[in-house]
Amino acid sequence: MYLEVDNNKTYIATGSKEHVDGNPTMTFVHGTGMDHTVWTLASRYFARHGLNILAVDLPAHGRSGGELKPTIEDMADWVVQALDATGQESTIMVGHSMGSLVAFDVAARYPDRVTSLAMVGTSMPMPVGDLLLDNAEKDNHLAKEMINYWSHSTSAHLGGSQVPGIWMLGKLIRLLERSGPGVIYNDLLACEKYTEGIERSKNIQMPTLLILGEDDFMTPIKDAKALAETIPNSRTILIPNCGHAIVSEAPNDMLDALATLI
Amino acid sequence: MAKIKTFDFDTLSNHAGQRPDKETGSRAVPIYQTASYVFRDSDAGAAIFNIERGGHVYSRISNPTNAVLEERISALEGGVGAVATSSGQAAVFNTIATLVDQGGHIVSSYALYGGTHNLMEYTLPRFGITTTFVNPNDIEGFKKAIKPETRLIFGETVANPRTEVLNIPEISKIAHDNQIPLVIDSTTTTPYLMKPFALGADIVVHSATKFLSGHGTSMAGLIVDGGIFDWESTDKFPQMTEKYAGFHNLSFTEEFGPAAFISRVRNEALRDFGACLAPHSAFLVLNGFETLSVRMDKHISNTRQVVEYLDQHDMVEWVSHPDLKNHPNHELAKELLPKGSTAVFSFGIKGGREIGQVFIDRLDLFSNLANIGDAKSLVIHPASTTHQRMSVKDLEEAGISEGLIRLSIGIESVEDLIEDLEKGFKAAAKVS
Repeated sequence: MYLEVDNNKTYIATGSKEHVDGNPTMTFVHGTGMDHTVWTLASRYFARHGLNILAVDLPAHGRSGGELKPTIEDMADWVVQALDATGQESTIMVGHSMGSLVAFDVAARYPDRVTSLAMVGTSMPMPVGDLLLDNAEKDNHLAKEMINYWSHSTSAHLGGSQVPGIWMLGKLIRLLERSGPGVIYNDLLACEKYTEGIERSKNIQMPTLLILGEDDFMTPIKDAKALAETIPNSRTILIPNCGHAIVSEAPNDMLDALATLI
Repeated sequence: MAKIKTFDFDTLSNHAGQRPDKETGSRAVPIYQTASYVFRDSDAGAAIFNIERGGHVYSRISNPTNAVLEERISALEGGVGAVATSSGQAAVFNTIATLVDQGGHIVSSYALYGGTHNLMEYTLPRFGITTTFVNPNDIEGFKKAIKPETRLIFGETVANPRTEVLNIPEISKIAHDNQIPLVIDSTTTTPYLMKPFALGADIVVHSATKFLSGHGTSMAGLIVDGGIFDWESTDKFPQMTEKYAGFHNLSFTEEFGPAAFISRVRNEALRDFGACLAPHSAFLVLNGFETLSVRMDKHISNTRQVVEYLDQHDMVEWVSHPDLKNHPNHELAKELLPKGSTAVFSFGIKGGREIGQVFIDRLDLFSNLANIGDAKSLVIHPASTTHQRMSVKDLEEAGISEGLIRLSIGIESVEDLIEDLEKGFKAAAKVS
């Protein structure tokens, strides 16, 4: 659905179901340079299971207009504006990669708006290598290739998609290629700069689930496990033979993990 | 600038799409000869049905063996995904049926496989879809033929049998200027010789019966989505951009982004038209993929020697192959097909049809049959077989004369192949 958020035309996918007053809400936030389509399977599943779905396209991503939000905090504030615009008092927050930091920040700074939190393919801090940042700043296609390459486990580089007939590396690079100038750099820099997060962990009192790929090169699981230790009410589900792109490599495992939050 | 080192062509042609079976350790791709799949539980079953989980419901729509093949061709072409079909003809039809509604129009090169020409010229008009055929070398002709209701441009990479090389970069610009996709039949070249997406194509179709399979054992087709075309840039494709009542009002572009087209093919065309690939055939095609580059190199090197031999033969009126400097697309072929252009080409024998039949009937190694792209060398007389339904005018337009003989050069000893052809010419000389 399209609606105005922060005075800009904004797209939020609902899993092809209209919202029902009184139903709980599940909000999905995508990663760097991506959009709501990375959540299509999960959105459709939870929409059919009685949840109001908000799979957002962040400002200047996917189908949403507006200006890029330069920090994770700005993105989190915008998500809360989106919740307000859709009349959702509280939500289950789900985020992948950069989106996991946004979801975390919403939970940390607006804890009364979040009933539970899921961080998919995450770590904190989430540093970004100079080579990647440099190429992203120049809008080189190589930056997208790097993200695509490092986001997938070695086994995923040979395929084996859970969705029949989809070549995962091909689909992700095409999605990243759809992002406008400066988007990748903006998002990577926001991740790099989000250094306050770990101190906000004490605010995360709601049930929290970390869904991690065992072979994640982008956000290694040791860093994610260190984060988990700072969140009192957290659980971790480790997906074997899976990299950072859990949304495409293991959508079924992710779905099963998310279902434990309901 | 730094480079990302991904797996090379030969690695992908052997491995892409398959993770060895966890239970059995099977190294070869298992043949999942099953119609349907037991659901983990009712909820998971409903979720797969409604595109909420990945998985298989019924082998008409997807099958694990076929899925390996679909990923493998996507990896080799550089696409986002693929759908396997029961034949190359089914791949062409399902692509058109997904993109063109009643009243729609196609602009196509007239240098086409006879079956494709027949579909467009005679069968699709029954469903209200018409085609304007254009000389593949007449770039302006493609532009002029486009109408408001045109929904795609179609052509073959290197046409069968007259070997016209399609100028994909130029024709794709015309397609995109008109907000329509370029659909390319890449059967004769395979992704080893050319990657049409990198040149501007949007959708690639294959008859995998040919070089991809390589052994003439199986009927199979493939549709590959490049994931590049922006369906939302125009209102010409409501089937992609608007809610689809046939699937609970989902919009394919909204839900699947770069994979919108191939998702529609699977969830409409395969589901409703049913031209699915048998998994055993997928297995045989996958075996062919493993040796694709090795075979294509041999096909091409043998072809070069046979073309040279024919070009100098007294009984040969003409040879049509892009390797020859007198071929109108010689330079274009060097640019678009640097590894070699095609192992399927034609030549004219002096004396016409009757002499040609004597020549063909005398051949021992070249098999007279209706196929191309076999490891074994093949020969046929198109005017009386593959293209016999075309009118005299259409045959003339396609450059198919009575004396035209088509060869598909295999991977046998090239010395033996040339000796076989020489026997044919000697027999023909006796009656001419």
